[in-house]
Amino acid sequence: MIPAAFDYVEAESVDAAIAALTEHGDEAKLMAGGHSLIPLMKFRLATPGVIVDIGRMEGLNSIDDRGDHIAIGALTRHMSVETSELLGAEAPLLKHVASQVGDPSVRHRGTIGGSLAHGDPASDLPAAILALGATLVAKGPGGEREIAATDFFTGFLETALADDEMLTEIRVPKMAGAGWSYQKFNRRAQDWAIVGVAAVSNGSTSLSLVNMGPTPMRASAAEAAINGGGSIDDAAAAAADGASPPDDLNGDAAYRTHLASVLVRRALTEAQG
Amino acid sequence: MLVETTINGQTYSADVEPRTLLVHYLRDHLGLTGTNVGCDTSSCGACTIHIGGESVKSCTVLAVQARGAEITTIEGMAGDDGTLHPMQQAFMECHGLQCGYCTPGMVMAATSLLSENPNPTEAEVREGLEGNLCRCTGYHNIVKSVMAAAGSPVTIGAGS
Repeated sequence: MIPAAFDYVEAESVDAAIAALTEHGDEAKLMAGGHSLIPLMKFRLATPGVIVDIGRMEGLNSIDDRGDHIAIGALTRHMSVETSELLGAEAPLLKHVASQVGDPSVRHRGTIGGSLAHGDPASDLPAAILALGATLVAKGPGGEREIAATDFFTGFLETALADDEMLTEIRVPKMAGAGWSYQKFNRRAQDWAIVGVAAVSNGSTSLSLVNMGPTPMRASAAEAAINGGGSIDDAAAAAADGASPPDDLNGDAAYRTHLASVLVRRALTEAQG
Repeated sequence: MLVETTINGQTYSADVEPRTLLVHYLRDHLGLTGTNVGCDTSSCGACTIHIGGESVKSCTVLAVQARGAEITTIEGMAGDDGTLHPMQQAFMECHGLQCGYCTPGMVMAATSLLSENPNPTEAEVREGLEGNLCRCTGYHNIVKSVMAAAGSPVTIGAGS
C-alpha cells in the first residue's frame, strides 16, 4: 500500500511549520514520527496534499522539571517517555501508559505530540493526559495558547488545534505519591485497547476512558460517584454513563459497557489500594 | 526528491517520490531485498530495520524521513567475511526459524532489544518482540535464540 502523492515540505523550526500551515491551509498535515498518519495515508483514509515534516526539527524533545509540573516537548518519542526517570518519579501513570503504545519499534518513532494531535479515541495517551489533568500548549501565527486536556478532544480524530496551529508542549502536573492505574484490555499484543481506563487518585479521583465513544473522554459519572462518597461499586456501575461505545469486530456496545465497568472497578481498586 | 542515506556503512542515494516508503526504497530502488514486506500495516515487523541502532518498521517510514540517517538492514549484520552476527548464529543453532519470512525482522528487533536491555528475562524478550509476528508460530525457539544470544540460555516449552 502506497500513500497518494503529496508535496513534501520540511520545517526546521516551529515558526517554519506554522508558516507552511498558514500557506497551505487544511491541505497540509504535520508529520512527526508518522506512526498515526502514515498508516492512514497508506489506506488512503487520509490524503493530505502537503506533508510538513517536523520530525527532523531540533528541540521540542526534552522532558523538563518546571517546579509544579513536568513539561514534555511535543516531539518526544514514546520510548523517551517510557524510560524517563523524572516521569517515573513525578507522573508514573504517563510513563507506564507510554510503554503500552504499540510495540517497541513503533515507540522508537511515534511521538507524544503526534499521538495526542491525532486524537484517536482508541489510543492510550489521551486517556493518560485526561486523567492527569494535563495542559497542552499550541502555537499559531498569533502566538501561544494553553488548552486544557479536557477541552482538547473535540470529535472523532478532531482536536481543538486550528489548521495553522502546532502542538508544542504537554504540561503534566506532578503527582508523586498519588495512586494511579491504567487498565488496558485487548486480545492481542501490540493492539489498541478494546476498552481502557486510566485513574489518578490524589485527594479526589479522576477517571478517563479509552475507546468508549468518538473522542477520548473522562468518565464523569463514575468520578462524581466516587468523589461524592460512593463506593467503588457505585462508580463501576456508572462507568459508561454518558459514553457512546462503538460496535466492531472486537465487541458490541453492550460488551464495551460491561468492560468499562469491570475496568473502572479494577482501576479504582489499584489506584486507591 | 534526492534521498541520501548510509546503509550498512555504505552511502546510497536515489531520487524518489516523497510518498516512497522506506521499505520500497530499500528493496526496489537499492536492491536490498533482505528486508521483507509482510502485513504492510505496521503490525507484523517483517520489515524491521535499524535507524540509528533502534528498531523501526520500515513500511511506516517515508524514505524522505530517513535522509541522512544511519540505517542497518539484515544484509549488514554478518561480518565482511561472512561470519554471522551472534544473533543470526543463535537463530541458526536454536532453530529460531521455520519458513524464515519473519526472520530478518526478528533478528533486527531482537538485536535492538538487547542493545536496550542486554540481560532480559524470558518474559521481557516475549514482550520486547510483541511487534514481530511469526506465522509459523515458532515463538518458543525464537525466544530461545534471543536468550542464547544474550548469554542466558533457557529451556522453553519442555513437555508442552
